This record gives sequence, C-alpha cells and structure tokens, in this order.
Amino acid sequence: MSQNTTQSRGATAAAATADYLDQRTGIGIAVKNFARKVFPDHWSFLLGEIALYSFLVLVLTGIFLTFFFVPSMGMTVYEGPFAPMDGVEMSEAFASVLNISFEVTGGLLIRQIHHWAALLFIAAIVTHMMRVFFTGAFRKPREVNWLVGFVLMLLGLAAGFSGYSLPDDVLSGNGLRIADGVARSIPIVGSYASFLLFGGEFPGEVIIPRLYAVHILLVPGLILALVGLHLLLVVLHKHTHYAGPGRTERNVVGYPLFPVYVAKAGGFFFIVFGVLALMGATMTINPVWNYGPYDPSPVSAGAQPDWYMLFLEGGLRLMPGQGTEWVIAGFTIPMNILVPGVIIPGLLFTVLGAYPFVEAWVTGDRREHHIAERPRNNPVRTGVGVATLTAFFVLVVAGSNDILATHFGLSINDITWVLRVALIVAPPVAFWATKRICLGLQRKDRELVLHGHETGRIVRFASGEYIEVHRPLDEYERWVRVAHEPKRPVALLPAYDERGVRRKGYRRDALRARVSRIFFEDRVDPVTPAELVAAQAHGEHDALPSASAEPVGALPAAEAAVDRGADAHQA
Amino acid sequence: MKAIADRRHHRMAPVVLLLLALLLTGAVYAALSPTPAEATAASEDDIAAGAALFRTNCATCHGPGAEGRDGYPSLIGVGAAAVDFQVSTGRMPMQATGPQAPAKPPVFDEEQIAQLAAYVASLAPGPSIPTADQVDPAGGDAANGMALFRTNCAMCHGSIGRGGALTEGKYAPSLGGSTPTQIYEAMLTGPSSMPVFNDANITPEEKQDIIAFLEEQKQGSPGGTDLGAVGPVSEGLWVWVVGMGLLLGAAVWIGAKSA
Repeated sequence: MSQNTTQSRGATAAAATADYLDQRTGIGIAVKNFARKVFPDHWSFLLGEIALYSFLVLVLTGIFLTFFFVPSMGMTVYEGPFAPMDGVEMSEAFASVLNISFEVTGGLLIRQIHHWAALLFIAAIVTHMMRVFFTGAFRKPREVNWLVGFVLMLLGLAAGFSGYSLPDDVLSGNGLRIADGVARSIPIVGSYASFLLFGGEFPGEVIIPRLYAVHILLVPGLILALVGLHLLLVVLHKHTHYAGPGRTERNVVGYPLFPVYVAKAGGFFFIVFGVLALMGATMTINPVWNYGPYDPSPVSAGAQPDWYMLFLEGGLRLMPGQGTEWVIAGFTIPMNILVPGVIIPGLLFTVLGAYPFVEAWVTGDRREHHIAERPRNNPVRTGVGVATLTAFFVLVVAGSNDILATHFGLSINDITWVLRVALIVAPPVAFWATKRICLGLQRKDRELVLHGHETGRIVRFASGEYIEVHRPLDEYERWVRVAHEPKRPVALLPAYDERGVRRKGYRRDALRARVSRIFFEDRVDPVTPAELVAAQAHGEHDALPSASAEPVGALPAAEAAVDRGADAHQA
Repeated sequence: MKAIADRRHHRMAPVVLLLLALLLTGAVYAALSPTPAEATAASEDDIAAGAALFRTNCATCHGPGAEGRDGYPSLIGVGAAAVDFQVSTGRMPMQATGPQAPAKPPVFDEEQIAQLAAYVASLAPGPSIPTADQVDPAGGDAANGMALFRTNCAMCHGSIGRGGALTEGKYAPSLGGSTPTQIYEAMLTGPSSMPVFNDANITPEEKQDIIAFLEEQKQGSPGGTDLGAVGPVSEGLWVWVVGMGLLLGAAVWIGAKSA
C-alpha cells in the first residue's frame, strides 16, 4: 500500500476494509467470481428484476406499515379526522388502517406504494414468466428453476390475497367470504376446512391475526428463501442469451456484473422505486375509507379483487348457477363454485407448472439449451401460451363485466353470454391464429435470408428486363434467422421387434409420437447453408427457381417449405 | 263538563269520540308529518302553463290527462318531486326508448319545470319537492349516512355512489353530479329500477345524513386521482398501463444502452 502514493485516501480505506473482510471471511473469491459473472444485454432479461425490486419495495414499505397496523378483530369506535367514519364502530384492524391513512405522517403514501408494489410485483412476475415461456428458457437445465419461479408466483398470489384481506374493510371481507365459499365447495372436507381456516363460523375473530402471520412472516420468508434459490440457480446455469454471431450453447455473451450490471441493475432499482413512489403519490389505491368497516351483510357494486385474482372472480361470474348444484344423498355438490373456484385454477396452474416437463417428454430432447428461442420458431408452444393467456384474459374481462357494462353502455347479460362462448371458443382460435402467424413469420424469415431486403431500386437491363435490386442481409441479421435447428416429430419405432415380440412401452411411445406430430407436423425449416449458397450463386432474381430445382436439404424453397405430414406418411 | 258527562252514555257518543279521535290523529299527523309543504303554493297560472307544456311535450306518451298508456306510466299521484327529478336531470322528456332513460342536459328551465310539477301535483296528491332545509348537507351526519348508504344504496350505486350495472343494460347512475334535492327526490320517488325509500323506511333526517355522506365524496380522494373510484379493476388496469408501461420503457432503454 505504501508505494501506491497516487491512490486517494478513500480508495486506500476501501481496499483496507476489503482486505480485512477477505482475510476473515474469504469473501474475496466469491466477490471475484460474482463480479466477473457475465450477463447478456436485452430488455426482456430485466423483467424479473422488476419483480425483485418490487419485492424489495414491498419489504421496505411493509416494515413501516407493521409499526402502525393492529392485527385485531376486537371492536373499537373510531374517533379521528375522517368525518364519514367518525364515531363508527369497527375492528381495531380497520381503525388502524384509517389511522395509517389519515394520521401517521407519510402513512397513506407508504400504504399506497405498498399496494401498488404488490400489483406490480405480480404483473412483473407474470410478464417475466411469459418471457421465459415464449423463449423456451425453461428447457434443460432450467426446468427446476421454472418450478421455483412458479412456486414464487403462487406465493406472490398468497401474499397479495392475505395482504388485501388485512384492512378488514367491506371489500376485503367480501373476498374472504368468497374464499370461504370456495373452501366449503370442496366435497367432504369443505366445511371442516372453512372452520379450520376461520377458527369457527365465518367471519370469526381469528382470521385477521392469522392472515397477518401469513402475510408478514410465513409468505415473505418463503419468498425470500426461494428468490435466493432462484437467483443462485440463475448464477449456476448462467443466463440464456439470444442467437447471434459468436453466441453458442456453450458460452454467454454480455457484460460483467461489475461494474456494468451493478450500475444498470442498481439504477433500475431506483427507477422501479421511483415509478412506484410516483404512483403511490398521485393515484389512489384501495381506498378502504370508501368501503367502510367489514360487516357481512353489505356487498357494493363494483366489488372485485385485485387484478391477479380477477380471473377467479370471472370464472364465478361466468358459471351458470341454475342446475349446477347437485344434491347427492343429501349432500350438496356445488359445481357452480367447485368448477370456477377449484377446478379451473387447478387446471391452469397444473398446466403452467408441468409444461416444461411435458415439452421435454414430447421432444425427447435431453440436451442443454442456453440460446433463447424466438417465439415464432416454436409455433405450437407459442400458440399454447397465447391460448392460455387468452383464456386468462377472457376470465379477467368476465370478472370486470359490471364495470364494462356501465362504462361502455352494454348489457351485463349480453357480456356474460359473449364471454361464456368466448371462454370456450377464443383459446382454440387464438392457438390457431398464433400458430399460423408464427409459420408466416418463419416463411418471411426464409424469404429475407434467401433474397435479402427489397430496396425499391428498379434496374433495367440492356435486354429490356426489369429487376428490383435486393440487398443481402448482413451477418447479424442472417444469424438470427437461420441459427435455430429444424425440428421433426419423434419417430415411432414399430410395435413389434424383429422377432415379432410386442415391444414394451409402445403405447406410451405412440402417444408421444402423436403429441409430437401436433407440435412439429406443420413447420418451416431454417435456410440451410447449401440453400443460401445456391440462392446467392445465381443472383438475387433467379435464386428461387434454381434453388427449388436443386435437392438441397429436405426443403427446396420458401414456397414449398411447409412439408405437412411428411414424417407422418413415412411412419 | 256536566253536560258532557250526562251524555256520555248517549248512543251517538262512540261516533262522536271516533270522529274526535280521527280529527286528533289527522291534526297530529298534519303537524308532525314529514311531508313537506310546497314552499310556494302553485298558482292557477302555473298549473295552466304546466298543463300547456305537458300537452306539447309529455302527452304523446303519458296521455293527454297524464293517465299513461301501455308501457308508459300514469303520472297521476307521482307528485311534484318525481316531475322535478325526472325533468331537472334531463331524463324526461325521453329522447329514445332504451333500457332506461339516461340523464342529459335538461330541456326546460327552472320555471318551466316548476310549472310542469305544479300541473302534475294538481292532478292528485303526491310527494312534493323537498325544502332547502331538508336537503342541506350541513344538517346531516356523514358517518351515519355512510352506514345507511352501505346498507341501502351501495349494492347498486357502488361504495361511494359512482354507479354500477344492473341487468339487461340498466344501471344505477353515478351520483357524483346529482344535487342534494335530486338525491332526496330519487329516494322519495324511486325512479326507474330504484325502489322507493319512503319516510318510514329512511326518515327525512337519515336522508339528510345520506346527502351529507355523498357531499363528502365531492371533496375528492385523499390518495390522489381516484381512477374513477370503481374499485380494483381500474387499479389493475393502471398498474399495467402506467407501472408496467413505464418500467418496460425503462427496461428497453437500459437494455439498448450497451456499455
């Protein structure tokens, strides 16, 4: 240190501190490794960070709120500055929320930031999940991390719902009543589950303290632990990156964590906090003083849960009531609640959690994948994703049907019927349309790679012939469009082996072959190097006929690129 | 006194007593009845002018004598309050048939509305227009109004009266633009799908409490813009539009800024 006279005192002190810590904890190795961690640059890789930073904001603002919130259902009479509640009997929980909102300095701001951050947390998780899903970033080796993220999403919903219920206002009580109804709809265990949850008959006197423990201890603790695991796995697996020259399945191209990503990510935290503070300061959220203290009898118009629970509300609103309550041997099976409240979300979440394993089984692909796919290059997966989102969106809209009716001057009955039909019809239509759009985009990619960009320059030859000059793609543009590998349905081995013995596992293989055909029957293969050479050797204009005449690869030309069912015929 | 005592077994005594009791009840009712007297008694001229306006603008549907016809209600006995509410909010005269008459800028001025109300009130007795004292928000208890509103009104009009959907395209309108008089009249007369909240159901003092509660809402939300005050749906919409919108923009910007 002594010979380093040019170094500032601050830097010397920092170095001394680092040295002190390193000698006692050996942290230097970890920091060195971590600081050199490479992250690729792309906006879509920052979506998970929005969720992470929202969570940090939630923890910070949540700690503040715990200082003032009283998790008690004991009754009290509110006396405070808010006139429409003055002298009203209410639970201590609700009174403390009014206190936070109107008397604690900065309380309303922190409360609103907390609630906006909660909505943003789930929105960012969902968007991040969409990015991972549509780019196939859940493939080996990341299936487990997908599951961790999936559980994090469920925990996010649990955190949101438990927090939404804490203020003990009419709206949150309505939500709890629906949760109670859904619990009761489960055959046999339903009423026991409800009594267990509420410590007796709804609403009881224990649910707020219980939800408080869930909301500030159990769920955040689990989220924190799983976020740690989630990030650890990201570090272990390395980040995925998009295809480009020099980017392979064996490397990551990007910038080191220190200093580039520390600056970028750190800066992004402040942007997220800033946006949330802006929203909390200017936009009212969950005005519990409008809803009033909980009382089981009133339900106001416009009673809805937060957006991430709206799909459940939508299911309940769409489900016909008449004839769907089955009475079997004196026991009521309320299908009108069981289907939208338990079965539909159960199905949705099962599909979401299991998808990576289903796709791995269908493709039979056991290799590691570190290059994120373009959504168009896996039309069926993209279609499945869009169809699921469509169903989710229809349910969200159904949950908002009364707001739509008043704001667009529509009949709520008509909306409900249209959405009942849409819930069944729209997802398959969305699947089909998405798949066709993906195939169309792939054809467009082939066309571009083979012929280049249209320039609008028309050239006339001496012979009188006119052609339009096409500008070939540069290395980077082309790479993106040809890097993916062509996919084929898995081949099905015959049912009987050469000695005429029935092969074990044939039926499972047959099923797999059938699903695999659904996935990869319609496809557009990327341009092969041979096709490209052929196209360029003959000049832009007549590349097409010559390419189709030459037997390069399985697919002669762009127009004939969809070899529908070729393998099916062979099999 | 002796003369009365002598005749107390007279066979007409019960009849006289009954008459006296009826008279007393009537007198007490007249004294205590909350039904407001018209501030200014309508003159014959007002009624005549109202009748002329009625024949030109209302008789097509409600009939020349306001007796109503198929699909159009009779206005005999609806009272001045109903006329004042329907015409001052622009609901009547109706422009087109629909699930319910929408509020729009009123067609008539105050004087014409008073004349129409006087004419309809002259047909048969009915609820009259409340006085300024009765609808003064300052005289009501907003906290009690909040409790009453939540129990009686919020299931259609929403938690603070921003409106809500009913069946088949009908709706409970937003009360944000309603005057205290109109709110009182609506409770008294039950326009469209709204039930009548008579004075036995919600007393005049309680009606005033509700008006006081609704007036409180005009102060705006303490939390900033109220996003329409329609509940979590608009909050969900705005977290995607503003929150995710701004942050996706920021993410694209950060992602594009290569070191």
